[in-house]
Amino acid sequence: MKRFWSANNFTLTALSMLMAVVIGGVLIIISDATVLAKFGYFTARPSDAFESSWLLVSTAYADLLKGALGDPAVFSAWFSGEATWQQAFAPISETLTYAAPLVFTGLSVALAFRGGLFNIGAQGQAVLGCIAAGVAGFTFGLPIALNLIVAVVAGVLGGALWGFIPGLLKARTGAHEVITTIMLNYTAGLFLAWLVIQQGIQAPGRSDAISKAVAESAQLPSPGGVLRVHLGIILAVLTTAGVAWLLNKSAFGFEIRAVGANPHAAKTAGISVAKTYVLLMAVAGGLAGFGGATQVLGTAHALTPSVAGNIGFDGLLVALLGRTRPWGTLFAALLFGALRAGGNRMQSFSGISLELVTVLQALIVIFIAAPALVKAIFRLRASRATGLGASLAKG
Amino acid sequence: MSTTTVEEMAEVTAPEPFWSRQRHLGVALILIGGLAAVVFGSLAPSEDARFTLSEDSAGAALAINGQFGAVLFGLLTAAAGGVLLAGLLKRWSNVFLVAGILSFLLSFLCWQVAGEFMPLVDTTDGTLELALPLILGALAGVLGERSGVVNVAIEGQFLMGAFAGALVGTMAGSVWAGLLSAAVGGVIIAAILAVMAIRYLVDQVVVGIVLNLFALGITGFLYERLMQPNAQEYNQPPQMPEWRIPGLADIPVVGPVFFEANLLVWIALVLVVVIHFGLSRTRWGLRTRAVGEHPTAADTVGIRVRGLRYLNVLLGGVVAGIGGAYFTLVATGSFTKNMTAGAGFIALAALIFGRFTPFGAFGAALFFGFAQKLATYLSAIGSPVPSQFLNMLPYLATLIAVAGLVGRVRAPAADGQPYIKG
Amino acid sequence: MANDHIDITVEPGEVHALLGENGAGKSTLMNQLYGLLQPDEGQIVVNDEPRVFKSPRDAIAAGIGMVHQHFMLVPVFTVAENIALGAEEVRGGPLGWLDRRRSRRDVIETSERYGLPVDPDALIEDLPVGAQQRVEIVKALTREVDLLILDEPTAVLTPQETEELLTVMRSLTAMGKSIVFITHKLKEVKAIADRITVIRRGQVVGTASPDTSEEELAALMVGRAVSLEVEKAPAEPGDSILKISGLVVDDDRGVRAVDGVDLEVRAGEVLGIAGVQGNGQTELVEAVMGLREVRAGAVHLEGEDLVGRSTKRILRSGVGYVPEDRSHDGVVKEFSVAENLILDMYDRAPFGNAFRIDGDSVASNAKHRVEQFDIRCQSPASLVGALSGGNQQKVVVAREMSRPLRLFIASQPTRGVDVGSIEFIHSRIIHERDQGTAVLVVSSELDEVVGLADRIAVMYRGRVLAIVSPDTPREEIGLLMAGITGDTPEGAK
Repeated sequence: MKRFWSANNFTLTALSMLMAVVIGGVLIIISDATVLAKFGYFTARPSDAFESSWLLVSTAYADLLKGALGDPAVFSAWFSGEATWQQAFAPISETLTYAAPLVFTGLSVALAFRGGLFNIGAQGQAVLGCIAAGVAGFTFGLPIALNLIVAVVAGVLGGALWGFIPGLLKARTGAHEVITTIMLNYTAGLFLAWLVIQQGIQAPGRSDAISKAVAESAQLPSPGGVLRVHLGIILAVLTTAGVAWLLNKSAFGFEIRAVGANPHAAKTAGISVAKTYVLLMAVAGGLAGFGGATQVLGTAHALTPSVAGNIGFDGLLVALLGRTRPWGTLFAALLFGALRAGGNRMQSFSGISLELVTVLQALIVIFIAAPALVKAIFRLRASRATGLGASLAKG
Repeated sequence: MSTTTVEEMAEVTAPEPFWSRQRHLGVALILIGGLAAVVFGSLAPSEDARFTLSEDSAGAALAINGQFGAVLFGLLTAAAGGVLLAGLLKRWSNVFLVAGILSFLLSFLCWQVAGEFMPLVDTTDGTLELALPLILGALAGVLGERSGVVNVAIEGQFLMGAFAGALVGTMAGSVWAGLLSAAVGGVIIAAILAVMAIRYLVDQVVVGIVLNLFALGITGFLYERLMQPNAQEYNQPPQMPEWRIPGLADIPVVGPVFFEANLLVWIALVLVVVIHFGLSRTRWGLRTRAVGEHPTAADTVGIRVRGLRYLNVLLGGVVAGIGGAYFTLVATGSFTKNMTAGAGFIALAALIFGRFTPFGAFGAALFFGFAQKLATYLSAIGSPVPSQFLNMLPYLATLIAVAGLVGRVRAPAADGQPYIKG
Repeated sequence: MANDHIDITVEPGEVHALLGENGAGKSTLMNQLYGLLQPDEGQIVVNDEPRVFKSPRDAIAAGIGMVHQHFMLVPVFTVAENIALGAEEVRGGPLGWLDRRRSRRDVIETSERYGLPVDPDALIEDLPVGAQQRVEIVKALTREVDLLILDEPTAVLTPQETEELLTVMRSLTAMGKSIVFITHKLKEVKAIADRITVIRRGQVVGTASPDTSEEELAALMVGRAVSLEVEKAPAEPGDSILKISGLVVDDDRGVRAVDGVDLEVRAGEVLGIAGVQGNGQTELVEAVMGLREVRAGAVHLEGEDLVGRSTKRILRSGVGYVPEDRSHDGVVKEFSVAENLILDMYDRAPFGNAFRIDGDSVASNAKHRVEQFDIRCQSPASLVGALSGGNQQKVVVAREMSRPLRLFIASQPTRGVDVGSIEFIHSRIIHERDQGTAVLVVSSELDEVVGLADRIAVMYRGRVLAIVSPDTPREEIGLLMAGITGDTPEGAK
């Protein structure tokens, strides 16, 4: 038993997900009026309540899986020629589409975390990335590949600027990055809200808050049609590899890890902690900005006040779930992308609000963050079960 | 053997750097003051800016020529900066700083209001109302942070409070039941925060951020599943009545603001005073501060560190939950998804800007409330100043404060650190 | 295991000294007695009654008070608030309104009764350590304790303050209080203790009376006869390497810590800096290393100005540095031994360049150093946090000695280190000296300074009071450490 727990984080992650799913199931049931009504006469006919509950929850989660990975029915339709392969792979495409920006924001948070900084500002940095990439995307009108490269670089630089500020404040004045980045998140959001309704930015002829569309040459290439997946996910994998190398093999990565583990010893050994903080936050900001850029250039294609969605905050959860390791973060982002893609289908097919996905994500991370809690819960269960068994045997 | 001791020797002198913080601030004030005098002064029309004491434009008013006012107050800002730069009256430097910032604000107002009028009662009333949740949220933060638990989940507590207040308020048909459940809603989030942070030693900022998302998700989920399809049954809470204290309510400006108000206003005001004196003058307060500053020291004199932290975080949950009730039982008549829209973070900003003290948080919350009110007022009179920039004010002000540009903010020493025995 | 079946008894009105090396388990034992830690087995008997202390609350109720090595005082509170904390005088029943006047009066009363002057309204953070310690003692005495535990109380005191403390202890025992006195300083034990219990590696290795000689006590404490004499040939000083002139440095709170220091270290000699801790030694060394701002004065390394240079550049100009607080500043515990061994050379050939690190050369370097410096670890890939204090210190020393040096600075080089490692580190320091490196050693252990140094500079309140030869009588150096200068002019010898 002991080895089971100490064995790996995988067990813990799996159990955390299991518990989140169970709690999610309970939420689905108690928020459904018809099922609740059946619990009203639970004592008379318990099977009614159980059956309808099971049906409701299982359908919902089945839809979640189908929306994330693929619907077997569509696959068989594809084999029999009644559906296109695009339709069969659309769910996976959705998963990857949602995952791509989260990989970047997740890496942003994870990298900063390894350097001892808690980058809550990934959201604001992503917003700046969106702004810079978006504006560059519809302004310059450069030739095909160049336009895209310029827009992506602009997004990275935008995010890097927004990361540089808290880094500099921390290095120069000691201002805590948690507070400064929170403040910068909202500042960025308000700036975006103002920007999209300015002349020259706002789409001509529109009165609502939306910018001009990004030039096609600046968009991330995508198979098109129902497959929304774009080059961003490949860039995300490459970036993960890059961050992994940076962290583990490079001199800067050594500085990051040393400063993160013991800034005093790092300083004594001649590593400039201040410089590391500034550079690290700029790089982390650049990663989040990259994420924002993929969002605008890959999926949204225009700026709106909510174009960045929640990718910064989700990136935070992704990094925690991935235990601030680059590859772990990639997988966590894929999981979150899958949940989100599946959640969409669950919402339209089973009528279960997409917000359930947010709840599941938060719960998973809460449990992951408190391994002792998960262990306590499962030990408790086990001992209660034996207790019950013992009394039954006695009776 | 004749002995001398070293105490008698004078200290070796080292040169003091000329560019002290005070001088930097002085230069900054002179720059913005000059800017205000020139820019605001030249943009302002030479018409009266009227600050009316009654609701309409015709009544009694404080009036000043807008252009003159903008220039005058701009110059006053610069003058305050000059005093700081010259290194005069060092003991009063903070007073000059505040005076400088205030006259900058007045210069700005003179420019904006010139040719228009600004109803003072409405402005004050609106300021207080917008500040109300911020005050309560920041007080919740004070309770937690002074005992050493960082609370970035104020936003989540607001949402849960707002949601629970609307749900139970509607179902029970009673605003008081709603208020009570709002407090319970806040406590639920606080309890999770407390258990995670205190018992399971999870990073408090991590828990707080995750709890915000959790609250956002669960209230959004239940809103879409329960409230949206059936608003009448679940989402039409009764509203908090306004009570009027005869006599006091007739005082100009102050009267209608403070003495013709709903219960929440009074709760907030009373709490500011109670928490202030509680922290500074009672056994609970002394122990709370000790636990927030040096938990090991508190433990060695027999104080139950964790127990006290639990208590304070949960009390904070009550206060923040009540703050959440503002959104559904006072401001709007129903719950909507993510309706707090970052107010919890402005409350956090107020807490920090107010230096973790009840009165400081109160002042900061009023200031931020005023900024928000000003934003709506300016867009109402068609000002060219974008409301988004005024809404940035709380965040930027806090940024400047924590960067130590305007006096350093010092958090309790053990803030955010879990207490591990032994 | 920190404690292994320890039995001790304290009689009323006695000073019972608990003697042991750093890390012998003295503090752990006393924290159990005070309820901060729970023993796995065994029991505590107070006045013939067995007691269980779940928290300090229980210990206080049983009449036990403790003055911790690191003071348990809230820095932003006043003296009276700190003393009242946990046993507040209140009015207004359940409201718990603080009766500040009564708290103040209680403080003044206790302070007068026991002759321990404290100002009830002063903020702790403004008080010197000696005064803070008095506050701690008053705090315990207001709680009417019968047994007072003093954990290394003299570590931060000057000889004179120590003398005062011993007087206070005598008057307390005269009033019938018992005292447990934890220390590793033999002279103090002999001066005050009625009985002595010696602890080594968590076990009682013997009891002794105050008449026992220092040599015997030392042998009991460390387990074998040790000589702190360091074997070395006479120094052959060469050219001046480090020259410090008129150095002024402030501490973290902006209080003047180094107040106009002039020093010179020559090639092939060890300059020792003696002094009670907190007299500016730390700040002096940190300023030389570029870790702390220099307010005035100059630091030259063979004519090169070091002031304003980054720590990295100073280290790379041929300076080796062993910081005084190993786990805080010396090692990264989450890093492997191999990584710690290149902590300041990671971006330099052969280990790497500005961009990447060469894993192979890091590993082979580690293998070599581990052997050369006798670092006991499972493998160079083990985390430094898993090593003993002595081996962690050897990692730091190995790292700092693994490049050509002109100057070697070691602060408290053997603090919290076992005897075997002490001897090893001392011999490496002398070896470095004999290679012609200028060596600066700072230690609050006078024995260590005397053993290693060729010249001794005594610091007091941020100044070098005198530079003396290691043959100078201890008493004279002790007086200097207390800030009392004789007729000898400064800088003699």
